[in-house]
Amino acid sequence: MSLLTEKPAGWNRPALIAPSGDGELLEVAMGPHHPSTHGVFRMDVALDGERVVRLRPVFGYLHRNHEKIAEGQSYLASMPFTDRLDYICPMTNNWAYALAVEKLVGQEVPERAEYLRVIVGELTRFQNHASSIGFLIQEMGASGTPLMYAFREREKILDLFEELTGARMMVNYMRFGGCRVDASVAWLEKTRKVVAGLGGFVDEFERLLATNEILMVRTQGVGVLSAELAVNAGVTGPMLRASGVNYDIRKVDAYGIYNRFKFRVPLGDHGDVYDRFMIRLLEMRESIVILEQALKDIPAGPVMSATAKIRGFRPKPGEAYGRIEAPKGELGFYLISDGGPNPYRYRVRPPSLINLTVLEDMCLGHDVADVVLIFGSVDIVLGEVDR
Amino acid sequence: MKTVEEIKSVIEAAIPGAAVEIVPNPGPSGQHSLRIAPSHALAVAKFLRDDEELKLDYLSNVTGVDWPDALEAVYHLYSVEKKHGPVVIRLRTGNRTDQVELPSLTPIWRSAEFQEREIFDLYGIVFTGHPDLRRLLMWEEFKDHPMRRDYVAPDDFEYEPTAHDEVLKRAEAHKAAMAGKLAEAST
Repeated sequence: MSLLTEKPAGWNRPALIAPSGDGELLEVAMGPHHPSTHGVFRMDVALDGERVVRLRPVFGYLHRNHEKIAEGQSYLASMPFTDRLDYICPMTNNWAYALAVEKLVGQEVPERAEYLRVIVGELTRFQNHASSIGFLIQEMGASGTPLMYAFREREKILDLFEELTGARMMVNYMRFGGCRVDASVAWLEKTRKVVAGLGGFVDEFERLLATNEILMVRTQGVGVLSAELAVNAGVTGPMLRASGVNYDIRKVDAYGIYNRFKFRVPLGDHGDVYDRFMIRLLEMRESIVILEQALKDIPAGPVMSATAKIRGFRPKPGEAYGRIEAPKGELGFYLISDGGPNPYRYRVRPPSLINLTVLEDMCLGHDVADVVLIFGSVDIVLGEVDR
Repeated sequence: MKTVEEIKSVIEAAIPGAAVEIVPNPGPSGQHSLRIAPSHALAVAKFLRDDEELKLDYLSNVTGVDWPDALEAVYHLYSVEKKHGPVVIRLRTGNRTDQVELPSLTPIWRSAEFQEREIFDLYGIVFTGHPDLRRLLMWEEFKDHPMRRDYVAPDDFEYEPTAHDEVLKRAEAHKAAMAGKLAEAST
């Protein structure tokens, strides 16, 4: 079905922008292999000159039915699989899944493990936001430099993950009722050193980018998302807060031990690409604040709960939905147990997919070069979109 | 935050005839849910979104579930304004074969748009009133619903509805010809 001939879709869609009538519309498939799509993703756009009058995202190139695979194996066997959802942030994926299963069975988590989860979770948020900004600037045409600055910091954090878990990205770190391995004194010391250096990096990054004229011209007033639409379309994470909606699950649910830390939730005014970029920058600063508190207060003790069951893990019949504030938005796992060793239903609520609901609304009327920027500012990973 | 019993009674007071049934959750999470008759689902959803006290303006998650006798769509609702939730509502189809229609809640919460498409794709629930009900993850020509529990995976995962068969045949012919040549060379 061609974008050019099909009827404009129904009610809650933005009005199809009227073509100017100066020439014919052109249908362009951006992707699936396109350097700006962060993976294999296709946007079919109808163009009137340079202006986008219709956009349709096409998914599924990376679909492997993660949920079906998880229904066919034990609860624990899905833990390493969650690393592969949003492969930039495996730690938070682990955390969301562990949280949902802990809700399902009513499992407590020891203090030290909660602190370790916060530390690795906030490090993950930091490196995700840094590389997401780096990619955004890269797509704007600043080849290399900002992205390499971001990756330099990311490398330090991945080195920490490697030392802690044995893997840089596919960490498989959390368990139902704690964490797989304890952090050594030396690791904590090294982490403190890395965290002490992150502030300087954010300063440098901000000086380099925030008042850069080209960046401001390209991003301010581009891809505006209103607060009402953002809430109605289920947009979460930095994108929602850039539209000025104060909703951070770390504050709302206070899962884990987040109520012990003092941190602020940055909010945007305009909901454009620039605000999304700034929110990520500010959230990186707040992550440092949380990290400093967590690294100061972390107590000694076990990292696995003594009541945690590893072998013969069979939750009683019931269901649970657990969610966390992942770097990209609300990452949730919904599990239904029928008493067996495998979940009866295992559902991932992917923030990347649902944040794309408003992609067309944000892009209509903008130039095709801006589509790349608007899409980049959503911050998605295809491993999670297609599952 | 109201309990499910209270929510059930306010729904029934506001929408006469809405059959709301509490589905208790025996597990420790304590997330009980409300089963709503599909005929009243749209009205109930609108009420839940707009009611001053509940204000469930944010639909977080839509899940398809395949039960032995019916298909089910589970909606997890939160309130961004009041910062409470989740309220879980469930819609059930008549059976798994010919009565698989449910009303779409996309007109109320747009976050259901892709998620209902995904359920249509993977479970085969037909959401009436959805503006753009197409497959989301599988390709358009695909016939079955892979998340159903009785789905039989193909013998040949290489199969794709493209010129693939022809390509394989050519490959076989090429292999046979090569084998003949090799045999010739060794004699």
